[in-house]
Amino acid sequence: MLPTSEKKKWMYENMLVSRFFEEAMEAIYMEGKTPVFNMAEGPIPGEMHLSTGQEPCAVGVCAHLRPSDVVTATHRPHHQAIAKGVDLKMMAAEIFGKKTGLSGGRGGHMHIFDADVNFACSGIIAQGLGPAVGAALSKQMKGDDSVAVAFLGEGAVNQGAFHEALNLAAVWKLPVIFVVEDNSWGISVSKAESTAVKHNAVRAQAYNMPGRFIADNDPIALYDVAGIAIEDARAGKGPTLIEVETTRLAGHFMGDAEGYRPDGELDLLKSKDPIIRMKKLLIDEGVLSEDENLQITLKAQKLVDEAIEFARSSDYPEPAEALEKVFV
Amino acid sequence: MENERKLTIARSMAEATAQEMRRDDDVFVMGEDIGKLGGVYGNTRGLIEEFGSSRIRDTPISETAFIGAAVGAAQDGMRPIVELMFVDFFGVCFDAIYNLMAKNIYFSGGKFQVPMVLMTSGGGGYSDGGQHSQVLYGTFAHLPGMKVVCPSNAYDAKGLMTTAIRDNNPVVYMYHKSLQGMGWLGTEQGATVHTPEEEYTIPFGVAKIVKEGSDVTIVGVGLGVHNGLKAAKLLEEKGVNAEVVDLRTLVPLDRDTVFNSVKKTGHLIVVDEDYQSYGLTGEIIATIAERDITALKASPQRVAYPDIPIPFSRPMERFALPNPEKIVNAYAKMKEQ
Repeated sequence: MLPTSEKKKWMYENMLVSRFFEEAMEAIYMEGKTPVFNMAEGPIPGEMHLSTGQEPCAVGVCAHLRPSDVVTATHRPHHQAIAKGVDLKMMAAEIFGKKTGLSGGRGGHMHIFDADVNFACSGIIAQGLGPAVGAALSKQMKGDDSVAVAFLGEGAVNQGAFHEALNLAAVWKLPVIFVVEDNSWGISVSKAESTAVKHNAVRAQAYNMPGRFIADNDPIALYDVAGIAIEDARAGKGPTLIEVETTRLAGHFMGDAEGYRPDGELDLLKSKDPIIRMKKLLIDEGVLSEDENLQITLKAQKLVDEAIEFARSSDYPEPAEALEKVFV
Repeated sequence: MENERKLTIARSMAEATAQEMRRDDDVFVMGEDIGKLGGVYGNTRGLIEEFGSSRIRDTPISETAFIGAAVGAAQDGMRPIVELMFVDFFGVCFDAIYNLMAKNIYFSGGKFQVPMVLMTSGGGGYSDGGQHSQVLYGTFAHLPGMKVVCPSNAYDAKGLMTTAIRDNNPVVYMYHKSLQGMGWLGTEQGATVHTPEEEYTIPFGVAKIVKEGSDVTIVGVGLGVHNGLKAAKLLEEKGVNAEVVDLRTLVPLDRDTVFNSVKKTGHLIVVDEDYQSYGLTGEIIATIAERDITALKASPQRVAYPDIPIPFSRPMERFALPNPEKIVNAYAKMKEQ
């Protein structure tokens, strides 16, 4: 199932939006945090987990999704949110803790929720999987052919929730796709040191579902495999596990000195930057002209700039609004 | 009474669930052994025959997955009722409960609703040991974002269940095993009461004065209410007229009814089968102390479970559990001061 030229451009554009968004986050996050790094300072306080380098994982899957399809994301959710169509301005405002944010500043960067496009998060490893399974159950019970996608990192496969969720999804033949973004690092512990199997896709066999491995951070190959998985799920054929080999070009979080990375690893990864590769691919294929590339790049940057401007210029919530929305 | 129809709590929970399932296709039940077995405590008995195995859905023993799934289904517009067989098992799935179920409304600024009911059993007294006998009311009431219900009789159990299912927020519905009407659990007869067949709701946050009195207020939930009523009878023999308050819901908590009762009687005993420290007993006493400490004519007392794991051996467990005699003794102690 190969993407059309239009889909390829959509994927590229969303990768760019995601990258520019993360670059903006990276710069703004450090405002007020120097010379002494203090996580609570600056316009964006708290932890910040950037998804720079992992953009293909999100666009390759979300290119197939409709607003009614459900996505549950991780503590590193920005690329997934952007690809799912979460309102960029409101997401930026949420990350800034502003009143105009998705939840009025109650959630923050690790808790991005957008009911309009059925996007939810959990900051706890593997804990988005149960809700994705439940959303898929809901779709199945309603006779709706929408699906649910749970994104997770490769570190999450060692959690009980992963195994319970896969089993439940398989035994009930639910329309859910589990997408493992394997960036090979669980904070500072490598996958080789924490996971007994080389490819997590093989774990699918234990739950009698298809397991697919996508090498080399390849958005086109992922689009193909995800398309089949999603089509199968919509047709009632049950869940699929997809593992994508990807690259975390930033630290686990902002402020991570990455002393655990082997020498030269980051340079090697940066030489395989998926944005540059995607652009080259589209140009080589004749899908994209240099002029179109400029237009798409400017458009993506403008979207991000407007979102950041919206976030910066929005007001903070009244402090006592903290007391609201515990219950509906 | 001509129209009297007595139900156990188990049957009244099942009846409320069935009635809600008939009026709303989005309501479904899932959990361990809730299908053909009808629930270990009987509260889903008969439902699979009427509604089938899609809406009365047995799960694998994997609480993290199915409680997490209930959150996802609820956010997607369904109204799941999910059973955690023993409240003690929350340890294996607590993230799904307090980080997902209880917080996703807040994280979404109220744009996602999480209309689910987590029903779970609590209570000891039958030597099931320290991992199958806790009540843990305080744990769930302490953590924000979930309503916490605990009926003491079948009438309340039905009305509170109907309210819980219709609520757009997560509700933890805690039922005490000894009140279920299952003979093998040493059933408390006082919980089996007249229960109307028609649908009705009981609002959350409204405590009930189950016995009026003038000398001391005894506050409890679940089995504690029955211990309080029995203690009130014993106290009556000594010429003491006790008022017994059934909180019915812990979140929201009807602090006004408790305060007004204490203002009237001047004396307070709180009964709780949960661990004493940092729990319901302290919360109720603090409520009075904060509002107007002069309402109290003597130091309040608590009859709670001591801060120890629940022992297996019968004499030790009985020593540790609250009972009517302990409440009477607490009153005597209060009057000695």
